[in-house]
Amino acid sequence: MRRPAFLALAALLFSFGGLGVPPANAVLPKEMLADPALEARAREIGQQLRCVVCQNQSVDDSDADIAHDFRIIIRQQLLKGESNAQVMAYMVARYGDFILLKPPFEWKTAALWFGPGIAFLLGGTLVFAYVRRRHPAGQTAPLTAEEERRLHQLVKED
Amino acid sequence: MKRLLFALPALLLVVVVVAFAFGLTRNPAIIPSTLIDKPLPAFSLPNVYEGKPGLRNTDFAGEPRILNVFASWCTACRIEHPLLLRLKGEGWPIYGLDWKDDPKDAVQWLERMGDPYVSAMNDKSGHTGIDLGVTGVPESYVIDRLGRVRYKQVGPISEDDWKNTLKPLLQKLAQET
Repeated sequence: MRRPAFLALAALLFSFGGLGVPPANAVLPKEMLADPALEARAREIGQQLRCVVCQNQSVDDSDADIAHDFRIIIRQQLLKGESNAQVMAYMVARYGDFILLKPPFEWKTAALWFGPGIAFLLGGTLVFAYVRRRHPAGQTAPLTAEEERRLHQLVKED
Repeated sequence: MKRLLFALPALLLVVVVVAFAFGLTRNPAIIPSTLIDKPLPAFSLPNVYEGKPGLRNTDFAGEPRILNVFASWCTACRIEHPLLLRLKGEGWPIYGLDWKDDPKDAVQWLERMGDPYVSAMNDKSGHTGIDLGVTGVPESYVIDRLGRVRYKQVGPISEDDWKNTLKPLLQKLAQET
C-alpha cells in the first residue's frame, strides 16, 4: 500500500496495541496498604483527585512529591474508617472543587456540563435550517416543448 | 429577522472570544484558597531551632501576621527573602512554616541567609501544609487578629505584592476590632 496509508494504519494499530498494556501509575509499593480492599478504594480515590502540581494528572499517576503525600493521607483516612466520600470531602475542604478531576454537578458548573450539548444543538439547528432553505424538497419545473426536442436531439447524437 | 438569525453565530463567537481572551490573562495553575475568612486549621508544631518553643494555631491571635511557607530546598524562596528580611527590620510580624524539610537544614539555611521570622516551625511530614492547602513553596498567608486566614499569596512576594496588596491589608486588619 502507499506510504501515508501505511503509516496511518501502523499508527492506528500501535495505539490500539497500547490498550492491552496495564495502566502505569506512580503508586509506590511502600505506600500500598496491606488490606487489598482498602488499597483498591485508595486507588479509586487517587484516580479521581487531581495532582495540584502536575495538574493534568491524577494523584495516582503523578510522581510529584505532594501527590505522594496525598496518597499517604488518603490511606491514613481510610485506615481511620472514613468512607470514600468522606476522604474526597476532606481533600475538597482543603483544595476546593478543582481537586476533583470530574467537576461536581452544581448550578455553578452547569455551563460546563451543558455547554457543549447546547452548542451542538444550536449549531445543528442552524445547519439544518440552512440546508433546508438551500435545497427545498419540491418539484423542478417541467421541460418546455422546445427543451424536450433539443434533449431528444442530443440523446440521439450519442 | 432572518439577518439577525444569521448574525447570531458571529455574535456568539465574539462573546466566546472575549470570554476566552479574559481567561487567558488568568493563571489556571493557581488554586484559590478554601480557607479565606476561616480560622487556621489546628496545628502544633515544633520550632526549627531545637529547644525553642513550638507554635500552635491558637498562637495566631491579637495582631495581624504573615505566615510564610518556606523550605531550605526552595529556590524561589530566595527571591522574596531579601524583602522578608527588610520587613523584619521594619517590625512586621512574619512567622515561618518550614515545609517538608529537615529542621537542621532549615536552621542552616536561616543562619546563612538571615532569619526574617519572629518564630519558625517545622512541618516535616507536610501534613499541616496540606491542611492549609499548600501546593508549593513559597506561599504566604495573612492572618487577622482573630486567627482567621484573610489572604493567600501563591509564589514569592514581590515589591508590588507587598506595596499594593499585603501591606494595605495588614494595615486594614490592624484597625479591625
